[in-house]
This record gives sequence, structure tokens and C-alpha cells, in this order.
Amino acid sequence: MKKIFSRPESLKNVTTHYCAGCGHGLAHRLIAEVIDELNIREKVIAVAPVGCAVVAYDYWNFDCTEAAHGRALAVGTAIKRVRPDNIVFTYQGDGDLAAIGTNETIHAANRGENITAIFINNAIYGMTGGQMAPTTLLGQKTATTPKGRDVRFQGYPLNISLLLGTLPAVKYVERVSLHNPQEILKSKRAIKQAFQNQIDNIGFSLVEILSPCPTYWEMSSEKAMSWIRDTMTKEFPLRRIK
Amino acid sequence: MTGNEAVAEGAIQAGCQFYAAYPITPQNELIAYMAKHMPARSGQLNRVFIQAESELAAINMVFGASAAGKRAMTSSSSPGMSLKQEGISYIAGAELPAVIVNMMRGGPGLGNIAPAQSDYFQATRGGGHGDYHSIVLAPSSVEEAYNLMFLAFNLADKYRNPVIVLGDGTLGQMMEPLKKVRNPESKIQNYKKPWALTGCKGRKPNVIKSFYMKEGALEEFNLKLQKKYKEIEENEQRWEESFLDDAEIILVAYGTMARVCRDVVDNLREKGKKIGLVRPISLWPFPKKVFHRFTGKADQRKRFLVVEMSYGQMVDDVRLSCCGKAKVEFIGHSGGGIPTGEEIIRKINEKNI
Repeated sequence: MKKIFSRPESLKNVTTHYCAGCGHGLAHRLIAEVIDELNIREKVIAVAPVGCAVVAYDYWNFDCTEAAHGRALAVGTAIKRVRPDNIVFTYQGDGDLAAIGTNETIHAANRGENITAIFINNAIYGMTGGQMAPTTLLGQKTATTPKGRDVRFQGYPLNISLLLGTLPAVKYVERVSLHNPQEILKSKRAIKQAFQNQIDNIGFSLVEILSPCPTYWEMSSEKAMSWIRDTMTKEFPLRRIK
Repeated sequence: MTGNEAVAEGAIQAGCQFYAAYPITPQNELIAYMAKHMPARSGQLNRVFIQAESELAAINMVFGASAAGKRAMTSSSSPGMSLKQEGISYIAGAELPAVIVNMMRGGPGLGNIAPAQSDYFQATRGGGHGDYHSIVLAPSSVEEAYNLMFLAFNLADKYRNPVIVLGDGTLGQMMEPLKKVRNPESKIQNYKKPWALTGCKGRKPNVIKSFYMKEGALEEFNLKLQKKYKEIEENEQRWEESFLDDAEIILVAYGTMARVCRDVVDNLREKGKKIGLVRPISLWPFPKKVFHRFTGKADQRKRFLVVEMSYGQMVDDVRLSCCGKAKVEFIGHSGGGIPTGEEIIRKINEKNI
């Protein structure tokens, strides 16, 4: 019998700690599949964020480091500069990449660091209990916007990918989603492109992945997927930005 | 050569492979020297220089380069050091080697750019969150600044621990001839780094982390750190001493302040006064051993006078080291002025200590 589906070598055989319906497991797996397919597992150095995915190294079967909250792209910059032959990527949530780490994000991108950033946008802070993220939608209720995000007080959702797309040193930015199998496959293609760019020395690449957080959206897993499709993509349209 | 440049040259010769920093006075000659020399003398080391977008980015870049197994360094001055504390805590928590230079200036807040020694507590007590220590080395001349960079990188690698080189604006800015006469200790010691992130070819994946969620795991890790700190306290106390055998008054000062005190000692010795000097070189671990010599009954006639460019920080360590068994006096100020030799002599005579 021919084996047609198995766990990627880049993924450890362990039980997940993520909530039911969480997108991190999917995103971890897509990255692991891409790394296997590109045959770069032994060259990869990953930078994990602070947030739900801090323990990504419990799942990935390659070299990993933690970074302080928001500093992943500073840590990643240095790793890639001192080890240019390795493949370096950061995995960061919206709070990490677009709030506390905005400065590191913009400047690593603007320097054109030849690294890959995987940006998980779920419009909420998961690990700390569902507070407003920079990407929280207008009207979205969170622990810190109990009446919904109000533009008068909290401003607009931050479209960091669009902003990064304006920088000349940024070579590739695509926004994808995990809300159905078709979009998951597109996500994988984008992730692969972002890694291929690094292998080809093209420069800074970022993939923004819209990802469900049923727990803090207070929805069923199924509803969370349709919320991405019907609501979140209105604010964050799926497209190649650059 | 200025002290700032001597630190930079020492770092390069000590095998520094990565340097990132953010400009701040009075250490700007250091970053400029590294910008020029790191790429130019890259050689096989692939030396990297980055002007970071912030102090936070700089220290976290050092974290990354060190995690990748390279000798990494940053430098700053007091307000910038406050910003780096988060990163230093993470470096200590992840047990990474790193060298951080602080050419201290006046504080608190933006303070001024005059030399000061007001960051002693911050440097020696950890400075960031959590139970950790950085090793702290305090040069008092341009030549020593150069030499201590070898020791700084070696100790960082040996103990997988941050090392702070604590100078001040005077040391950074002043020029002295640098003969590059290396101490016997001043050579590169190569430590294997099997923990470094290099890609997992031929081995299990390495993980660099400071996060311990499992019950009891963090306490276990902290106990491991404490054991390491105890070993460092036992092995790495460094100081210079003069005339301690017969001294009745012993000045205690480090860095730039020790130079003024040495003049005072020479001056008063000529006049027959029994005066000596202890100059701590390692501020953490504090050289308690030298003070423990003077806490027996027979030595209670000894008096210590601690002189600092602060309102009294290192004096706490001297008092702790003397355990109340010797008299400890203090003179110091900061924010623009340096205690002068005349002031110190006046203090000695006034108090008749």
C-alpha cells in the first residue's frame, strides 16, 4: 500500500496545547510541510514570539529560539546576518508584530533583511485572555473593548502589511487565510514563496495569515471560519500586496 | 586613543563577531570605531556591524547573534542601558553570553552627558526583572579598558552569562596612549557552543528559551542559575590593592574615581599618612574577599572611605562585606561634579577618620 499522507519530518509527534479550532496548529503544519518540501529542515532557525505560539519549538523539529515580546525580527536579523547560509524565519502574532514590535518590524523590513516573517493575524490577544489587538475590527468586542472597538478611542485596525508594502526593500507581502481548504492551500503556496525568496536571496518577505481564535471570539470553530470569510476579509482582503 | 576606542579595539581583538548599537553620548566614538573596523577587519569571522533602530533592537540583535553562537556585543550609556534591561534579563534567562558596555552619564531621566557612576545598582543587582546577575567589570584606564574586553568575552562564554563593562564618560572620552600590552589573561579562550543555533544537521534540534511553564521547572532553572552565580562569586572576584598591610585609612573606589583616589594616596603617603586603596575591578562579583581580611578584632582600627561619582551605591557592598565590623564612611556626588582630591583629603582630615 502506498502511503499518501503522513506527518512532516519538521513536525514533532506531540499532543497540541492549542485550543480547539485554533489556527496555530494549521499554520505550524503548513510551515513544516513547506520546510520538508524545500529540504531545508537542517538549515532552518526559527524565532518564536511571545503569545500563544511561544512554545512553537515544542512542535517544530528544527532549531528554534524565543524572542522577547515584539523583538523577533531584531533577533532574526542578527541570526541571519551572522549565519547567512541558514534559513531564518519569525513566527509572530498581531500583538507581537504590529503593536509592541512595530518598530522592529518596520526597520527589519526597511533594511531589507533576507528573512521570512510569518504573521498570524487573529485580531485578538489570545494568551493574555482576549484583549484588543492592533488588528481588532471596528465594533469587535474584546476584554478591553467591552462595547466594541470604537474608532474615536482606539483608532482603526492597523493594516501593517499594506504599510510594509510601501517600503522599497520589502520584496514580497501576501495576505492569506485559513478559513477553508482552498485558502489553506493558497496559504501554503504563499509560505513556500516566502521561503523560496530567502533561498534565492531576494529579500524581506512576509505572509499575513488570517487565523481563527474561536475561544476569544466566543464562537464555535465553524462559525469562526465563516467570520473570517464574511467579516475579517472585508477589513483585510486576501491578496498579494506586493 | 580614547577609552571608547580602546574598548572597541579590545572587542575586535577579542574576537567580537557581532556588534549592534544605537547612538548615545558619551560613547559615540565606540559605535563609530566599530562601524569602521568591524566590516573592514571582517576576515574569516564574518564580522557584522548594525546601527540598530533602538536600544531594544540592539540588545535583542545581540541576543540573536549570541544564540547563533557568535561573540556579540552592544554598547550604550545610562538612559540607553535602562532600555536594554529587558533584553539583558532575557539573555540571562536564556543563558547566552553577551558583552554590554555602559559608559555612564548623569541621571536620573535624561540627566546630562557628564560622567557619573550612578548605574552601579542597576548593573550589579540585575537591572531587569527576575533573579539574575550580570558579571560587571570596571576599567580605570584606557589600557585596562582594552584588556578587560578579552576577559569580558571569555567570562561571558565560560559562564554563558551577560557581562557588563562599566565605565563612565571620563574614561570613554579621555585619551591615553594604548600600547596594546596584553595581560596574560588577554587572549581569546575558545569555548565550545554545542547549544548554539546552527541548523540541526546531524543532531537533535537546539532550543534557546527562558520560558518554563511546567510546575517546578522555573524554580529548578533558577536554582541552576544560583549555583552558577555562587561559582562566579567564588572564582571571579577581582581587585587591585595598595598599601593594605599598614594602612589605617583605606579608600575604596572604582573606575575613574579610583584614579583620583590613587593620587590622594600617593600624596598623603608622601606626608607619612598610613593610607591605602582598594580598587574593585569586578563589581559583581564584588571583591568581598579583600574586605573579609579586615573584619577580625585586630583590624578594627581600619577605616574605609568609599568614594563614588554617585550618592552612595557601591558603599552598600562595602558595608555588607564588612558586616558591621569596620567603620565605613562615604563621600560622593554626581550630576556634573567629580569628587576632587582636595575634597577627599578634607573629608579625611575633617572626620579625622
